[in-house]
Amino acid sequence: MSLIEIRDLHATVDGKEILKGIDLTIEAGEVHAIMGPNGSGKSTLSYVLAGRDGYEVTSGQVLFDGEDLLEMEADERARSGLFLAFQYPVEIPGVATTTFLKTAVNAVREHRGEGALDAMQFLKFVREKAGALNINDDMLRRALNVGFSGGEKKRNEVLQMAVLEPKFAVLDETDSGLDIDALKIVADGVNALRGAERGMLVITHYQRLLDYIVPDHVHILAGGKIIQSGDKTLALELEEKGYASFVGAEAA
Amino acid sequence: MAQPVPFLEDFDAVLPGAGTGWLDRLRADAQEAFRKSGLPTPRTEAWKYTNLRRLARTGFVAAEANQTTEVTTVPEGIVALEDAYVAVFVNGRFAPSLSSLDGLSEGVEATSLAAKLSADRTSLEGQFSDVTDLPMATLNTGLLSDGLYLKLDDGVALDKPLHLVSIGTAGEEPVSFHPRHLIVAGAGSVATIVESHVGSGAYFSNSVSEVSVGDGAVLNHYKLQNEGPEAYHLAANLVRIADRAVYDNFVLQVGGNLARNEIRSELGERVECRLNGAYLACGEQHIDNTTFIDHAAPNSSSREVYKGVLDENARGVFQGKILVRQDSQKTDGHQLNKTLLLSPGTEIDTKPELEIYADDVQCSHGATTGELEEEPLFYLRARGIDPQTARGMLVAAFVGEALDEIQAEAPRAAFQAVVDDWLESRSERQG
Amino acid sequence: MAVSTETLEQVNSIAEDGYKHGFVTDIEQESAPKGLNEDIIRFISAKKEEPEWLLEWRLKAYRHWLTMPEPEWAKVDFPPIDYQDAYYYSAPKSDADKPKSLDEVDPKLLETYEKLGIPLREQEVLAGVAVDAVFDSVSVATTYKKKLEEVGVIFCSFSEAVQEHPELVQKYLGSVVPYADNKHACLNCAVFTDGSFVYIPKGVRCPMELSTYFRINAENTGQFERTLIIADEGSYVSYLEGCTAPQRDEHQLHAAVVELVALDDAEIKYSTVQNWYPGDEEGRGGIYNFVTKRGACRGKNSKIAWTQVETGSAITWKYPSCLLIGDNSVGEFYSVAITANRQQADTGTKMIHIGKNTSSTIISKGISAGRADQSYRGLVKVMASAEGARNFTQCDSLLIGDQCGAHTVPYIETSNPSARVEHEATTAKISEDQLFYCLQRGLSAEEAVSVIVNGFCKEVMKTLPMEFAVEAQKLIGISLEGSVG
Repeated sequence: MSLIEIRDLHATVDGKEILKGIDLTIEAGEVHAIMGPNGSGKSTLSYVLAGRDGYEVTSGQVLFDGEDLLEMEADERARSGLFLAFQYPVEIPGVATTTFLKTAVNAVREHRGEGALDAMQFLKFVREKAGALNINDDMLRRALNVGFSGGEKKRNEVLQMAVLEPKFAVLDETDSGLDIDALKIVADGVNALRGAERGMLVITHYQRLLDYIVPDHVHILAGGKIIQSGDKTLALELEEKGYASFVGAEAA
Repeated sequence: MAQPVPFLEDFDAVLPGAGTGWLDRLRADAQEAFRKSGLPTPRTEAWKYTNLRRLARTGFVAAEANQTTEVTTVPEGIVALEDAYVAVFVNGRFAPSLSSLDGLSEGVEATSLAAKLSADRTSLEGQFSDVTDLPMATLNTGLLSDGLYLKLDDGVALDKPLHLVSIGTAGEEPVSFHPRHLIVAGAGSVATIVESHVGSGAYFSNSVSEVSVGDGAVLNHYKLQNEGPEAYHLAANLVRIADRAVYDNFVLQVGGNLARNEIRSELGERVECRLNGAYLACGEQHIDNTTFIDHAAPNSSSREVYKGVLDENARGVFQGKILVRQDSQKTDGHQLNKTLLLSPGTEIDTKPELEIYADDVQCSHGATTGELEEEPLFYLRARGIDPQTARGMLVAAFVGEALDEIQAEAPRAAFQAVVDDWLESRSERQG
Repeated sequence: MAVSTETLEQVNSIAEDGYKHGFVTDIEQESAPKGLNEDIIRFISAKKEEPEWLLEWRLKAYRHWLTMPEPEWAKVDFPPIDYQDAYYYSAPKSDADKPKSLDEVDPKLLETYEKLGIPLREQEVLAGVAVDAVFDSVSVATTYKKKLEEVGVIFCSFSEAVQEHPELVQKYLGSVVPYADNKHACLNCAVFTDGSFVYIPKGVRCPMELSTYFRINAENTGQFERTLIIADEGSYVSYLEGCTAPQRDEHQLHAAVVELVALDDAEIKYSTVQNWYPGDEEGRGGIYNFVTKRGACRGKNSKIAWTQVETGSAITWKYPSCLLIGDNSVGEFYSVAITANRQQADTGTKMIHIGKNTSSTIISKGISAGRADQSYRGLVKVMASAEGARNFTQCDSLLIGDQCGAHTVPYIETSNPSARVEHEATTAKISEDQLFYCLQRGLSAEEAVSVIVNGFCKEVMKTLPMEFAVEAQKLIGISLEGSVG
């Protein structure tokens, strides 16, 4: 059984069809990258997988660990082990980052049948993970993402992935808005989470991120469809020739 | 006048200090003024959104002076302060047996206004403000009888908060009372005053608090309105803040059938005035917060954050006016009102207002209304948090931003606990 | 004034062609005596040969008007108006009473025309000079009318519409602003003399900006003007009202009414530049401009946008509003109001959300200088039915000098939780840093203020039609002259 299996997925936003038949299978332990020009449907795919309202699946199927993903609510998907690292993490004033993390971690743990962590256990647990990502206690005390720099927000996303320990993670343009140092920290964080049990889908516009998070497979998304798949060399080829040559070929 | 005037018509009790010339005149003039004005109606701009029709129809009678003896314990629902001086009032009358004012340091006078008026007929002459443009406060003056009298001498620091507890109680017959509190904080004094308003039965509390914050004084003034579900609560707070003083006010309204808290503050020079608050309402509750900040002198700052959460069929009103007079250059005045509407039966009416006559100022107001935003909700759910918990977290965070404005730590925690209780009971109601 | 070069050429050619008839109406018309009563109203109606129903409507309005108190809620201050001490129907002045040439016109007025770059011939018209070949704006309109007729657009004077299209007038007159709406509007209903009428048929995009300038002789109809614009399904029209140049006017009280109706998928853009005489520096004279403007977005997906640049009048009392009835309808209000000297303005808007997913935007920029007083007064009301409604309001006030006032009085009433309403308001003075920066770059204080204020108003100015915008920008500078010491 594959970790995730997307079959002929069509989806609309505000009545407009954005995804026009996506087929993609990811096995546990694999890292796939999806590259595509602006407006190709990359973010839509990530939101559809995460179950955001307003992204309507008109046909197709997604099996997650053999179960019908599309039947689940957004929070059920998360508790079942699907994680989306947001391109633009949301600022939530008034909610302390630790409070948020603790609520999320315990929701996921409870779902897995593991007991909830108490405040002390949790703090110890989160500090371990946070240290590696250069996240200090002060950042954890602050309101969620409020006043965080671009790099801090992305590191916070990776921290959440680390503490929630998902089976499958979608990283939506995690490189956007990062300078090279921040990119390295984030990529190291992600690489540390690679493992035989875990699958990842890395969505990006540029090849740069894939120098740091090296994928097993690369797919090119254009016009709501995957138009070409290959190994990591495809990304390099794309970088060299530009999207136009690929997309143009499809159009012709 | 053909129409009977509510509250005055059947009033025949002898008021404290009666027979004192200036006091008799003060009451008589106010009664006369109220006879003319009657209860305010929505035609009056200041009462556009709060209609007293139901109150007028209820037929309240004056609360008996001796009802204080019927209440033997302070009910639940007050602000939980570990260590405080406590002055308890039952239906507006001072209840010594429930109060504990022992150990007040020198230079602090805390007593019942009725006692003060009876014992000392001259010292309060001229201490009561002219409130003729506030009809309900005028009624209060007309029936002025008891309340807290608190005076801090210059330079005195109150070692722990003074907790004013108002308990309303009514049997079969709806009762009304009109407490008048007089708080005088001398120059350079420091104090924290916390008010709790609780009760049961159909009663109408029509209070006026006059607060004078002396030169360079720091006064924290926090109020919890947690009246019983049948209660009417109208309160006017008249605050004069002298030069260089700091006034930190917070009002949390969660109780009552219909409640209105009105604050009028007049600022001297280099004053820091903070009027913040939160209102949480459900059922058929109507909660009104009306504030007026008068920047009457230059170089002062005012800050206002009011947050509301309305559920079921509750209705909220926020009216906030900032006036900057011509000479009040370098004024810094900012106001924010945000209201969350959690269900289709709710309504919020907001009227922020700036009236500005000086040019070198920075003033702003902002207001938003709406339901919880979809984006943060999705973000929380995408981390595995169920919708109800996620909503609860966001509502708590929303109110938390107002609570954070409370400068004194212990009261902040105590008010937080009241908010937490409210949110918890809400989520329980939703099952 | 929105006069393109092309237009002027046409005007000139008409004048040069010696076009001499069609404009000389009966100059020596009778005038009604001073005062207001039912006979005067009957007289006005008879003069205009109106149908019986319209006279009845006027009388109904008049009788109601008598019972109405003066509105007192606005923050404006003026002595009580003596309604009996005014003419409600007067013939245009005879040439003998008019200035003979520009030499006889107030030099200050001419100076302003100069600064706005208004051509000489137009200056004469604006100043009411009795020139030999007065170009008759009605005749200019005639050339445009042909073009409009081809696509079926009706654009004519209100009086003409009453005669030619009574069914449309009867159907829509008073349907947006009922006669009993407010005292000023009610008076207008009783005594209005003329105005504009526009009907855009289904699916038609009006091929040009419509402007009052091309139709009326401003001198004649200004006092109690009545405008009715109907945009039928799927149509579009942009309408320009007024004129950037200050207009000579004999009447102190102006009480106009504008009604707009947008049906399904229709859009109306209504732009105003108001520059009536503001009175002198001490506040003597000047127009009382008490206008009721309201648009009804009746149809689904309809849109009404108001843009106003208000620099004139001694007192402005004006709240162009939108009733957002149709689902997904859109209301917009963009306003720049400048008050200087002793001017008073109480202006703003009302956005009433009734239909689902209706949205409104309010951008108001107020500039107060001298000893002027200005208020933004606005209402955003979301009815329980307005599921998914949206409003965004931004009100900014700028104070120039410490003798003026700027006030913001928004009312926000929401009864639907799914609606999102956001209101922001700020008040500040011109930043000294900005001012100094401009001065250091060689701008005079007045130029600097003009530049900064124009920047402050940019969001609104960019919504004006192009030819209006350029002059409106100049106007802002001129209105504030002398405000900075």
